[in-house]
Amino acid sequence: MSSSAQTKPARQLRCCGASGCRSAGSEELQAALEAARDAAGHTAQELAIKPVGCLRLCGRGPLVACDGPGGTTLYGAVPPTEAGALIEATRNYDHASDTLQASRLDPQLPFFALQSSVVLEGCGQVDPESIDDAIAFGTYSQLRRCLHELTPEEVREQVKRSGLRGRGGGGYPTGLKWDTVALQPPGPRYVVCNADEGDPGAFMDRSVLESDPHRLLEGLAIAAYAVGADRGYVYVRAEYPLAVERLRKALQQARRAGLLGSGIDGTSFALTIEVRVGAGAYVCGEETALLQSIQGQRGMPRPRPPYPAQSGLWGAPTLINNVETFAAVPVILREGGDWYASMGTAGSKGTKVFALSGAVTNTGLVEVPMGTTLRSVVEVIGGGVPDGTPIKAVQTGGPSGGCIPAELLDTPVDYESLLELGSMMGSGGMVVMGETTSMPEVARHFMRFSVNESCGKCVPCRAGTVQLAQLLERFVERRASPADMAKLDALCRMVKATSLCGLGQSAPNPVLSTLRYFRHEYEAACRQPALCDRP
Amino acid sequence: MSVITLSVNGKDVAIPEGGSLLEATRAAGVEIPLLCHLDGLEPVGACRLCLVEVEGSNRLMPACTTAASEGMAIHTHTHQLLDYRRMAVELFFAEGNHICAFCVANGNCELQNVAVQVGMDHSRFPYQYPQRVVDASHPLFAIDHNRCILCTRCVRVCDEIEGAHVWDVGSRGSHCHIVAGLDQPWGEVDACTNCGKCVDVCPTGAIFHKEDTTAEKLRHSDRPALLKAARDEHVWRNQ
Amino acid sequence: MTATSPARPAASKPSPSAEEIANRKIAQVIRRHGAQPDALIEVLHQVQEIHGYLPKQALDQVARQLRMPLSRVYGVASFYHLFTLEPPTPHRCAVCLGTACFVKGGADVAARLEQRLGVKLDDAAGNGTWAVQHVSCLGACGQAPVLVVDGVLLTKLPIDQPEALDAVFESAGMPSAGAVPA
Ligand SMILES: Cc1cc2nc3c(=O)[nH]c(=O)nc-3n(C[C@H](O)[C@H](O)[C@H](O)COP(=O)(O)O)c2cc1C
Ligand code: SF4
Ligand code: SF4
Ligand code: SF4
Ligand code: FES
Ligand code: FES
Ligand code: FES
Repeated sequence: MSSSAQTKPARQLRCCGASGCRSAGSEELQAALEAARDAAGHTAQELAIKPVGCLRLCGRGPLVACDGPGGTTLYGAVPPTEAGALIEATRNYDHASDTLQASRLDPQLPFFALQSSVVLEGCGQVDPESIDDAIAFGTYSQLRRCLHELTPEEVREQVKRSGLRGRGGGGYPTGLKWDTVALQPPGPRYVVCNADEGDPGAFMDRSVLESDPHRLLEGLAIAAYAVGADRGYVYVRAEYPLAVERLRKALQQARRAGLLGSGIDGTSFALTIEVRVGAGAYVCGEETALLQSIQGQRGMPRPRPPYPAQSGLWGAPTLINNVETFAAVPVILREGGDWYASMGTAGSKGTKVFALSGAVTNTGLVEVPMGTTLRSVVEVIGGGVPDGTPIKAVQTGGPSGGCIPAELLDTPVDYESLLELGSMMGSGGMVVMGETTSMPEVARHFMRFSVNESCGKCVPCRAGTVQLAQLLERFVERRASPADMAKLDALCRMVKATSLCGLGQSAPNPVLSTLRYFRHEYEAACRQPALCDRP
Repeated sequence: MSVITLSVNGKDVAIPEGGSLLEATRAAGVEIPLLCHLDGLEPVGACRLCLVEVEGSNRLMPACTTAASEGMAIHTHTHQLLDYRRMAVELFFAEGNHICAFCVANGNCELQNVAVQVGMDHSRFPYQYPQRVVDASHPLFAIDHNRCILCTRCVRVCDEIEGAHVWDVGSRGSHCHIVAGLDQPWGEVDACTNCGKCVDVCPTGAIFHKEDTTAEKLRHSDRPALLKAARDEHVWRNQ
Repeated sequence: MTATSPARPAASKPSPSAEEIANRKIAQVIRRHGAQPDALIEVLHQVQEIHGYLPKQALDQVARQLRMPLSRVYGVASFYHLFTLEPPTPHRCAVCLGTACFVKGGADVAARLEQRLGVKLDDAAGNGTWAVQHVSCLGACGQAPVLVVDGVLLTKLPIDQPEALDAVFESAGMPSAGAVPA
């Protein structure tokens, strides 16, 4: 069992062991650090080496945070050969080798300094595989408080006051959804956590699952209490093996600690949670498809209404929320709904986690208050394009979103502003594009994704996306005609308006937004550009 | 049973509570194109031809799956809807291989009828000429995948009415296709009772009686509703 | 997973065939899930772990023991990208075409692989020995563009330097174009 939580050692090294850093060699580094510590004759009491989750600057992995009397220092891209030097530097930084000095990251960098820690407060702090560490950090204390001191109505009241909106993309008010489920006629109810995170370029939910799984379980359990559910599922995509492993471990630990199961914490509240692993289908992130998949079926969406809140798993009222939505709940209860609502904008409260990637210097996880401008996220926090050339566009919302051109970077990031620009918040992926990126190619990239991921149930999406991808191909290959432009426009509108689920309804968005802001690139690809009709 | 009232293209109608928008359009004497829907089978909302506009909502709603509610006002034939419907039919023709002149269903094909209904005479979208097969392994019937529009009526009738569940949909997206058993030749699937219901309901010439030749296919698409009524309500109208 | 059994004195009974062992394992998996139809996806995951893919005869067994229609089992098995219905080639690469990798030249990586190995992207049969598939994000976006070769993740591929890229492919054990029969 982890002792680090009880008696905090004077100095510790927190090593990121989440997927991003693992792919950059964090396991070797951690092993080398342990060996170097032992070789230097330090005990774990003097110098703890603690595996933690994401330290946010994933692009510079493997990351290590060094806590000592003088504060915290961060190191990025530390080669295992520098392990000895790093151990030495925990005592006396002045002796650090040149390589190590080069790996040192300034904590005053805007990347760190401008971030908030709300949903991610435990990420990089707690050991994701230790419930003791999580409990010492305060996790599960809000669940206990809810069970002993608050009625389900009072819990829902706080969530409503917080103004929290769904972080899975739609932005539906969370408190309202909880009320809808809670107020259904008596009978069984389910809670489901959507951890299918399929947008390419999005890794926020994965980071939470890998870094702080107990926080998610706490949020899920509080939700179950608030809506009267006694069964829950977490649906995780199979492409996240580490997240699945850690989540399973966390569930087992929570069951053993009496925080899940029957008679939780001495109350009459009971909750069973199961993990369901996907099998590679983006569309299963759509809530009705996800429910089908949990029931062992093809992930085919069905028309709504009825919404899952009315009729979901096995026909029972089912609450579905995203990972980040649930993970925000414990803090909201701890600090109060009003506290949460004091951050953000009028319509979008609190903070949002973004995954920043693409042509940007600082790649990683970013948590900022809603309403922060895109510019401060990608230019100040992200540090702009690595070679210093201007940003051309920022893509938000993945295959359902759009490309926002550089001249609109001063837009605040909130649900409404992004929608107005023809993009959307989506789950929080933000991909920066430099000057060399061609917009018709970007549009084709996303359309191919939609072709691949369409479930095939309804004709506009099944056949329409294929036609759209072929039309875009003509623009990419510069053999389009003005008639193609008209067809592209018309078909985009048709697919958007008539598809059955969100996948088809938003598949045209990347085309429509690039047509809106970069129309000249499409026109230049026409054989007779002058004839392309202008809107 | 209580009744709700709503308006269809400006005309007020009353239908039993729990009815769908489709029932409301029928009560108003308005015809909208349908391909996936068939009375007696669970509606799935897949072909999107029956979409209607609902006042006060910015989303189009499929009439076949949407429950009607008191005071709704719907529009079934706006310019926009006609436009979208025609495009949907174009997409259907372009994604399969429909050589009507040689088809058993020529002249008695619901896809053809819908094309006439929405005024589609050619597809603006290039034909995809997919590689598809004909399975004639069944002693009585055959399925020509070239003509399948993936309405899943065969899947539903075989599951919901016959209870055999011979058919399902395989793969996904544009690779979707109807499968018998483990994607086997139909004739090898023991579960088939040879009842012929899938032949009765297939809207195109995709599933047909082997003895039928060009333009000879007869359809009995009213049977699922009759059988369901007999089973659920014990009323027989199939004399 | 490879099944390695500790050395045992020669058994008197004839040892069961590999197929029987697999069948028994599958039956066990199904029992563990209480033969519930909603466990179908979990069961298929484990069948795939046992066989490396989903052979028809195993799907047949799953359908019978879960008491489900054959076509429903096939429908599910063929819906999800991670299930494969054909035996896999001995060597496989997965090239990431997620957005971050796309922005950093993932499509070029795919094109070079196709050329080098004489295969078509997403053709599971590949050249008989190698097959290249695409994936949409491996969660290593910070190290884009990335590629997985036989389970090993290769990151920050140097797409601007053809020789360096070839060297990476070379060290991952990929034959060069000349070595592959046309
Ligand atoms: C094609 C498609 C993919 C989606 N993928 C996800 C996903 O990966 N994760 C997620 O939380 N929500 C996803 N959603 C949104 C969900 O349908 C649903 O709205 C959400 O899980 C509700 O949770 P929230 O209210 O907390 O956002 C997706 C929606 C669509 C249409
Ligand atoms: S929009 Fe696409 S993914 Fe959604 S139901 Fe239709 S075919 Fe399936
Ligand atoms: S003939 Fe009857 S049992 Fe056989 S596939 Fe058709 S509907 Fe099913
Ligand atoms: S075979 Fe006929 S009934 Fe079945 S899905 Fe195709 S078109 Fe519809
Ligand atoms: S994964 Fe290590 S810092 Fe994000
Ligand atoms: S008839 Fe309503 S969607 Fe097909
Ligand atoms: S886009 Fe390639 S790893 Fe995320």
